[in-house]
Amino acid sequence: MAQKVLARAAGRNSTQAGEYVTAKVDRIMAHEAFSLCVMKLMKIGVNQVFDPEKVIVILDHYFPAPTQEMAAGHLMARSLAKSLGIKHFLGHAGICHQVLTERGLVRPGHLVFGTDSHSTTYGAIGAAGTGLGLTEISYAMATGELWLQVPPTIRFVLEGQARAGLMSKDVILHIAGKHGTEAAQYRSIEFAGDAAERMTIASRMTMSNMGVEIGAKFAFFAADSTTCDYLFERTGENVEPFGPDTDPEYEETHIVDVAELEPQVARPHSPGNVAKVSDLRDVPVAQAFIGSCTNARLEDFEVAAKVLAGRRVHAETRLIVTPASQDVHLEATKAGFVQTLLEAGAHVTASGCGACPGGHNGVVGPGEACISSTNRNFRGRMGSTEAEIYLASPATVAASAITGKITDPRDFWDGTTL
Amino acid sequence: MFGDDVDTDQMAPFATLTSGWDEIKKAMFPERRDFVDSVQPGDIIVAGRNWGCGSSREHAPENLKKLGVSAVLAESFARIYFRNCIAIAFPNAACPGITQAVDARDEVELDLETGIVKNLTRSRQLRANPYTKEMLDIVAEGGLMNRLAAQIAASNR
Ligand code: SF4
Repeated sequence: MAQKVLARAAGRNSTQAGEYVTAKVDRIMAHEAFSLCVMKLMKIGVNQVFDPEKVIVILDHYFPAPTQEMAAGHLMARSLAKSLGIKHFLGHAGICHQVLTERGLVRPGHLVFGTDSHSTTYGAIGAAGTGLGLTEISYAMATGELWLQVPPTIRFVLEGQARAGLMSKDVILHIAGKHGTEAAQYRSIEFAGDAAERMTIASRMTMSNMGVEIGAKFAFFAADSTTCDYLFERTGENVEPFGPDTDPEYEETHIVDVAELEPQVARPHSPGNVAKVSDLRDVPVAQAFIGSCTNARLEDFEVAAKVLAGRRVHAETRLIVTPASQDVHLEATKAGFVQTLLEAGAHVTASGCGACPGGHNGVVGPGEACISSTNRNFRGRMGSTEAEIYLASPATVAASAITGKITDPRDFWDGTTL
Repeated sequence: MFGDDVDTDQMAPFATLTSGWDEIKKAMFPERRDFVDSVQPGDIIVAGRNWGCGSSREHAPENLKKLGVSAVLAESFARIYFRNCIAIAFPNAACPGITQAVDARDEVELDLETGIVKNLTRSRQLRANPYTKEMLDIVAEGGLMNRLAAQIAASNR
């Protein structure tokens, strides 16, 4: 799929892995880094972007602004976007990757650059999304193109019917644990197999999101009827399916037997430091966090509500829930999940990145442990460098919030989202 | 000398992304304060696998450049970090075997064009993955922003 997207973007019939191409980009996503990019460009006399309809700007990392400085930064982004004629300025709709996907702003087969490493998330709908730094994004914003190496592809075939307690987060954590955080370095991933085909777009987004945690440049699922239905529901437009060629080349293929898996947890301080939840005993948690572009969608709210219905969050633990977008917040409210969570003692915040990068709304203190539905547990990621972060599915996070220590979700939930 | 999987949060902690240089310097590499205190202009960092993993923040290589680090030689790099280095013209090269071939305070020389790494202290030579012509050009032009400025100047002429 990577070769197909890049061939089209480079205006060629085909490409080979390892080749360098100059590719035209379909969408550029910029969050708070947008102003810095524009300033870089203005410094050298560039006062326009290549296409104001294709550059999408969103404020999510520090929304709502926790400090005056951030508020000023947001003001600046807003006025720069206006002066550049940016069509899609999504000030406060939620987390970038969630909003672009749920609004159909990114489509199957697109080449997408983002100012954020988790831009691999767009792979969930069959788009080639990848994160870049400020200078490269600035260059692409001005010119609409950039050099790229065509990556080889490795494939993970997800097979079998999952047992109780499992979510797609457990599958990607298992892969990170088994194959390591460099498994897909400089390479593109394709997730395939019957279990992948059954996954909802929400579940696929979790996997593509964490593709970058094992080094991937892109992390695709084929855009199939699930994808087309999802986009039709949200945009009213029909999109074509998009998948690998009939005879694609794979550098490696790994089979993952989903039926064998148990809920997984990544221990401090690497997403690859993974164990079965049942192997962790008596790890008390001061904070449980359900949020981020990895796991804070409607499906995640539903599972958390099922786990927490009629139960209480442990007295010595705080459960913070931050919806991935305002739309998710609204849908979860309408469905009654928000009320269930509040009744259990959770704190539901405004949507945005919140505590995930240690910005606000749940920064973790020294000596505290946090179990989190996010994607990174590097030292200091959610606040103090003396804090310990464990990554898990929303089911495991919710179960742990009840007992105050890391807990197997099967103690409270016998379902699966897979 | 550093180990494996050093992430960009260590080189540029999120809380300091908008801070002044003194504050950044104080927060960098919380587990390797000795490094920040002793690094000299021109020093080369030698590291293990997956250097620069994590966030796409360009502050990470920029902060290293500001500290005076002249280059990073690692067993391997995370890709966004590596691209950022080319874009800001900061020489980083993947050099398999480097952690075995170098000790702290050895004198090391890197030729980006050929990829040849010389350990002058021990008269040993290694090969780093060489840059492509495109990467060399960008670095020689002083980074992507300089390239863009030159392109604009050329089209205005
Ligand atoms: S939620 Fe976390 S991982 Fe996702 S974009 Fe925001 S800071 Fe990055």
